[in-house]
Amino acid sequence: MLGLKLFKLRGGVHPEGRKQLAAEHGIRSLPLPAELFIPLQQHIGAPATPVVKVGERVLKGQLLAAAQGAVSAPVHAPTSGTITALGDHVAPHPSGLPVPTITLTSDGAEQWLEAAGCATPLELAAEEIAAQVAAAGIVGLGGATFPAALKLNLSRNSGVQTLILNGGECEPYLTCDDRIMRERAPQIVEGIQLIARAVAADEVLVGIEDNKPQAIAAMQAAAQGSSVQVVVMPSMYPMGSEKQIIQVLTGKEIPAGGRPADIGVLVHNVATAYAVQQAIRYGRPLISRIVTVSGGAIKTACNVEALVGTPVQALIDFADGYAQPTARLVLGGPMMGQQFTHTGVPVVKGTSGVLALTASEIGQAEPSPCIRCTTCVRACPVGLLPLEMAAHIRASDLTGAVALGLKDCIACGSCSYVCPAHIPLVHYFNYAKGDLAAQERAKLKLEATKKLAEDRTARIARIERERAEAAARRKAAREAKERAAKAAAESEGAA
Amino acid sequence: MLIAIISLTVLGSTLGLLLGYAARRLAVEGNPLVAEIQAILPGSQCGQCGFPGCAGAAQALADGTAPVTLCPPGGRALVQALAAKLGVEADLSGVQDSVPMVAEVKEEICIGCTRCFKICPTDAILGAAQQIHSVFREACTACGKCEEVCPTESVKLQPIPVTLQSWHWKKPQEAV
Amino acid sequence: MTPIAHSPHAHAPISISKVMTTVMLALTPATLLGFWLYGWPAINLWVICILAAILGEAFVLRLQQRAIKPALMDGSGILTAWLLALSLPPFSPWWIAVLGSLFAVIIGKQVFGGLGQNVFNPAMAARVMLLISFPLEMTTWVAPALHPGFVESLHLTFGSQSLDGMASASLLGHAKTEFTRGIGLDQSLTGYYAPLDMLWGSRAGSAGETAALLLLAGGVFLIWRRIITWHIPVAMLLGVALPALLFSLIDPNHYAGPLVHLLSGGVILGAFFIATDPVTSPNTALGQFIFGLGCGLLTWIIRTWGGYPEGVAFAVLLMNTATPLIDQYIKPRIYGRDRRGAALPAKKGV
Repeated sequence: MLGLKLFKLRGGVHPEGRKQLAAEHGIRSLPLPAELFIPLQQHIGAPATPVVKVGERVLKGQLLAAAQGAVSAPVHAPTSGTITALGDHVAPHPSGLPVPTITLTSDGAEQWLEAAGCATPLELAAEEIAAQVAAAGIVGLGGATFPAALKLNLSRNSGVQTLILNGGECEPYLTCDDRIMRERAPQIVEGIQLIARAVAADEVLVGIEDNKPQAIAAMQAAAQGSSVQVVVMPSMYPMGSEKQIIQVLTGKEIPAGGRPADIGVLVHNVATAYAVQQAIRYGRPLISRIVTVSGGAIKTACNVEALVGTPVQALIDFADGYAQPTARLVLGGPMMGQQFTHTGVPVVKGTSGVLALTASEIGQAEPSPCIRCTTCVRACPVGLLPLEMAAHIRASDLTGAVALGLKDCIACGSCSYVCPAHIPLVHYFNYAKGDLAAQERAKLKLEATKKLAEDRTARIARIERERAEAAARRKAAREAKERAAKAAAESEGAA
Repeated sequence: MLIAIISLTVLGSTLGLLLGYAARRLAVEGNPLVAEIQAILPGSQCGQCGFPGCAGAAQALADGTAPVTLCPPGGRALVQALAAKLGVEADLSGVQDSVPMVAEVKEEICIGCTRCFKICPTDAILGAAQQIHSVFREACTACGKCEEVCPTESVKLQPIPVTLQSWHWKKPQEAV
Repeated sequence: MTPIAHSPHAHAPISISKVMTTVMLALTPATLLGFWLYGWPAINLWVICILAAILGEAFVLRLQQRAIKPALMDGSGILTAWLLALSLPPFSPWWIAVLGSLFAVIIGKQVFGGLGQNVFNPAMAARVMLLISFPLEMTTWVAPALHPGFVESLHLTFGSQSLDGMASASLLGHAKTEFTRGIGLDQSLTGYYAPLDMLWGSRAGSAGETAALLLLAGGVFLIWRRIITWHIPVAMLLGVALPALLFSLIDPNHYAGPLVHLLSGGVILGAFFIATDPVTSPNTALGQFIFGLGCGLLTWIIRTWGGYPEGVAFAVLLMNTATPLIDQYIKPRIYGRDRRGAALPAKKGV
């Protein structure tokens, strides 16, 4: 299977991997935390709606909040216990803003909800697989957290030629996918087969970077005799980005503004495949995930299986705390992860890593002027001109930046990583994207309120008119009456 | 000499007639720009710009006597739309600073007088007589009319709270 | 509280000053050879150029009330002065060096808004200014291996000692002069043309023009260190060599061959160190190739038919003006779009 032809990735960078910190530490379960903070929104789309009340006792795996709308995912109880609050808790988000959260106080019993499961999952119908994936609240575990079932349904309708399982894990430090592939390869392969069945894929490829030889070996052994092909890809960032892994494995590009389904491709993370297998074979919803705790400031880097809702502090404690002064705490990988300051933030479905980085690891420096060295142009995997886009945004010309392809930027951070002037290029791009979205919202609101104002003016005019008409009618009626009375009087008089 | 005079006269009068005919044939009622600008403006007739309603503001904008930043409810998006329509540079520096606002009813002191409800140009206030009113945020343009008429100072404009959905990265600080 | 930092939370071990230092490192062997060949006057010139650039830049930054230290520490001013020093006649008087350096950093760079904003290569702008303003001083070349002592060198640099006795024409200048006298290349180059000598630099010229081989090595080092890419240097060398080859095949007595063109004058220095100045060259690989080709071609045209014997500086400056145009028309293809920017069609199948 190694003979499969690979295609070239444009641009890309080679950040120092630093995966050795955690790679050899097997997955361990975290001790059960006393309190879990389960945000209602852990996915792209509408937040889930709570279906439990404060004081209610719930079992492990029980539905806490149901999906709401077309793009959403339900949330389940990570352990048994009592709901102690429905309120706001600090979100795992750089803004540090609160997010509606269910607080669950565990009772330590870890009592599972009776789950049906399925002993012969590979005989299930495609629709049934997708429905169960949706019910289990599975989202893309690679970090994008797009509801997985939605992708399955979308792809089944449009037909899938190539199903790609993303085992790239190109972010430095992170080893959670590496470990899950090493330790749970058979389950992953079964999950892959379930996904392939759900979308009727012709070809199934598992792309793994060549810096994970043990994971490759484990996956190859597990895939023996199945239609699942393990493909070894060169280590390069951002190999694990959806657009890039498709390009490298198939040579195809997703049309601008489109989805992988447009070119007959579906991409899922290997950890998502594991979650699918757990959901369908054992009826277990997505309530935990593998998280890498690493970074130069962490004492004992490790990979843990943490329940959704576990405060990050518990993970740091499990890794024996800090060994060195921490300059920055990051959720996710260093290239695209988000800084956080409050260690009470919970682990959510999309949390792949908790990093405590030292100042030297971050390598931050004051930005200096751009010398147009075009290192960023060479690093951009999308073929953009980061230096030109940033110059336009700096001069508040967001439209100019859009014309240069701002909306095609995948925010991988390669340009910022290599910039010798330390210009926060991707920060400029995300600022511009956010500002443009805000402008778009403001425009929509303006249109809506304008319509309301027009309606009101029309209504007031109508009421006035009707009032006038009614007055005219009354007057006419009165006059007619008077005339009639007069006429009657006259006729009487005449008579 | 004579030929020159005649030819110029003929030329001039022909062109003059042509112009006169064109002026009648292609006449435009009013300034189309005013109508187009009015179509862009919020249309809530709030009067914050100092002109009597959006039509007056549109006229002033078309005449070039008012800046494109005149409309607070329109926000930055409107400034940019106006600047594009009029072909002028928009100075967004002043606009950026103003925080987007929304009216909010303090329920403890609302007496349900319906004054705000009646004056709201976008029907953004819900309520009835003797009942506490509330503001439908999505429809509020922060024109401030309700604030003016409220007898108990219960309706106040407040900055729109930032949520996870509306939050976005600020522009990077420039060191150089 | 410090504001929340945006990703990435890692950075390649690189900075502007490291880039500049690497370029200086690549220039060092050729510079040392220049010092060895021309002795103290060349060293004096180099020191004066760099000192003038530092002081001039600091003064202008102060006038602008901008932070002096970060702008000086990036090393761009020093590199500009260094390149200028390498392109001046080694026995030039001190005021040529001072004037050139000040012009380079102040008019060539700071007036445009500082590092990264200038349209023209500052070193070449200064060189051209000097060449136009002081044609005599700028074309008084000496043959190497004439080793004045330190004191004598101070006389040369600061005093008024005449160079008449030592003057010697550069190869290109010699060929051009002889040519105007009606003497063909076959005769005029006899005794002058020895490619091996050129590789090692034992011929008249500026310090940066002499050591073709060491400059080449420095250039390759820069490509290896990924400070520059091969596009501009290779294209520029091609731009000089191809027309030279073509025309010398047609009429070898009128037109010098590619080897003469490549190894004489500032072509190697220009191709690897001058034209590759990132600020004034295009963004994309293809754009850079076109830019380099233009630099080479213009160099050859100016040398062959122009009034000046050497054309690298003019060629680079002319192509600098074309950089925005090249960038306007040559942009990379964006993922998921065709060359014109339209989204690729959604299609299934290979």
